[in-house]
Amino acid sequence: MSEARGAEFAKWSNEDGTGAGARGEILGRVRAALSDKGYAAQRATAASAAPAPGAPSPTPAQPAVPRRSPLSGSERLELFAERVADYRAIVERCAAAGLEEAVRRAVALADSVLVAPGLPLDIPGARVDDGLTASALDIVDAVVTTAAVAIAETGTIVLDHGSGQGRRAITLVPDRHVCIVRADQVVDDVPDALERLDPRRPLTWISGPSATSDIELTRVEGVHGPRHLHVILVG
Amino acid sequence: MTHTFVGMPPFPAAAREALANTQLRHNLAHATAVIRAKRAAVVGEVEDWEGLRRAGAAAKERALLDLETNLLRLEEELTSRGATVHWARDAEEANAIVVGLAQRHGVDEVVKVKSMVTQEIGLNDALVDAGILPWETDLAELIVQLGDDLPSHILVPAIHRNRAEIREIFLRQMAQAGRPAPALLTDEPAALAEAARLHLREKFMRASFAVSGANFAVAQTGTLVVVESEGNGRMCLTLPEVLVSVVGIEKVVADWSDLDPLLRLLPRSSTGERMNPYTSMWSGVTPGDGPQEVHVVLLDNGRTRALADEVGRQALRCIRCSACLNTCPVYERTGGHAYGSVYPGPIGAILNPLMRGPGDPQTDSLPYASSLCGACFEVCPVRIDIPEVLVHLRSRVVDGHRGDRLPTPEAVAMRAASWAFADASRLGLVERASGLSGTVLGRLSRSVLPGGRASAGRLAGPATAWTGARDLPAPPRESFRQWWARTDGGRDE
Ligand code: SF4
Repeated sequence: MSEARGAEFAKWSNEDGTGAGARGEILGRVRAALSDKGYAAQRATAASAAPAPGAPSPTPAQPAVPRRSPLSGSERLELFAERVADYRAIVERCAAAGLEEAVRRAVALADSVLVAPGLPLDIPGARVDDGLTASALDIVDAVVTTAAVAIAETGTIVLDHGSGQGRRAITLVPDRHVCIVRADQVVDDVPDALERLDPRRPLTWISGPSATSDIELTRVEGVHGPRHLHVILVG
Repeated sequence: MTHTFVGMPPFPAAAREALANTQLRHNLAHATAVIRAKRAAVVGEVEDWEGLRRAGAAAKERALLDLETNLLRLEEELTSRGATVHWARDAEEANAIVVGLAQRHGVDEVVKVKSMVTQEIGLNDALVDAGILPWETDLAELIVQLGDDLPSHILVPAIHRNRAEIREIFLRQMAQAGRPAPALLTDEPAALAEAARLHLREKFMRASFAVSGANFAVAQTGTLVVVESEGNGRMCLTLPEVLVSVVGIEKVVADWSDLDPLLRLLPRSSTGERMNPYTSMWSGVTPGDGPQEVHVVLLDNGRTRALADEVGRQALRCIRCSACLNTCPVYERTGGHAYGSVYPGPIGAILNPLMRGPGDPQTDSLPYASSLCGACFEVCPVRIDIPEVLVHLRSRVVDGHRGDRLPTPEAVAMRAASWAFADASRLGLVERASGLSGTVLGRLSRSVLPGGRASAGRLAGPATAWTGARDLPAPPRESFRQWWARTDGGRDE
């Protein structure tokens, strides 16, 4: 970096200790901006108790967030399957005993199959991810993982990239993603999913194969992410 | 200073030009009609959409109410999770931070996730000036970048381009930026998307430095959220070693649970889907997964100015869904470029003046780029009362001319308008009244507009800037609301 640029950067970067100028000024502007009467009164009610670290903020008269009417167990699984299929993903249901067979069928046409470490399944010929580079992942045909949570209302699967799911890149670069979802992982709607997820883990919410509507707002499946999403719902 | 399209004329002049471009009007009318129908279908599925809107507005409002606390919490959480937090007062500072980081890593290119805020600050120009190539990876952004064009919509920046034009741009320009388009490229959307996939693939595979924005930043957990469709976002957020996210300070929400109303509201309002294909969430650095060096630049650039405006601050709740653009009769006819900013449409008409302050003729003209029909408020998932803010900003423009000896016609009209909008039930009354005065003005008018409508002539005083470029029609006999109801917003006319 040139010397002038370096000095410029140092002036603004927190790491170099001097970004504090900008920080202090922005926070001061925020305080000044909110100093009018109406807001000050609302703030006084809101700030009666300072939140403990990690605890939710105090709530000034929050309206309740409406939820969808609860689904029964079978309705939930049916709705999930229907909504996943709406995105033109493949979705199939099987009993626990049939899972291995279903996964084998799903990857039957793939020359190379990758699985996440910790996947509780035996897939003949599959390679367990050990940190493949992006280019190596680019020639993998299919990847098989589990999921963390699934949402019926929106047909979404959520990965938290724990055991059985692998780091984020392996479910991104290969063209076919086979994702195993257990029936007890399916929840009604978004708020139920948020309650089950750990916000400190990286999370990937997946609703169908990658798609774009950028050309005349016509939906086209298959851009940069996997063009084929195959969800196997077990139980 | 907020980035404006250089040399852009004030809205009225730009709009008149855009109106003459029939291809653009056709593309836009088609696209917005498609998306309005999709939105209506998925919004109709939600049992209590109105309750959800209220919850979404409350979540954002609560975050803004305690913005200082939330920003400090966000900073603390991010830092404890291994991210480096930077603060930027304006565009120049933010650009210097990003450029400085890129230079420190010695990269000569960066991959970019679509982000309004990096357009707002003109980051691409700053990178190019430093000899660093910024690659836009969102399909619509790529179309805009390759076409050496300007974005015209929040969600689909190339909404003004049809498939034939996109094919032309790809065939002509892709080769200069990397992998050329296939020689036999057709104008099928699937073929065009495939060409983009192949073109960008090599860039993703070698990228080491990425720049993103964020849709939400959760103070409680230090989580950043990026909502997208194509997977280009995931590529940028996952494969490179270094990730810099530029985040406007209004993107912060207090708690993890606040994501609930917002993640249900955004995709339905935006692309008309129950959920967008991909949403990525991350909190600082995850060892062994994704970028191992993570920076977050918290940007002001006029947001605190908007926050200080008691009426206008609600605009900071905006989650950039673009529903207000898609429903706006003015936007549908003029397109996004006429607004001269990366934030076009109804939200742009209030956000730009709020963030930049009064004084610039281009910005000052924006609050007049509306018929105050209220359709934008109806669809806004976080209940921003855009008409209320428009009226407020018009009076601010007029206030800038207090020295004038007589109240200008516009000032009188606007004061009446703000009286009308202060209470919705008064609006019908005023419309009937103005329909009446329209018949009077119609008889007194000095000229006739093309199409035979009477013109009220040009106004004096500060309104000249507006009427100078646009003949002010006399108030019509039929009110806008009546006309809207009769013609479905002009679409049946
Ligand atoms: S103002 Fe409301 S409708 Fe318009 S883009 Fe923002 S959130 Fe969406």
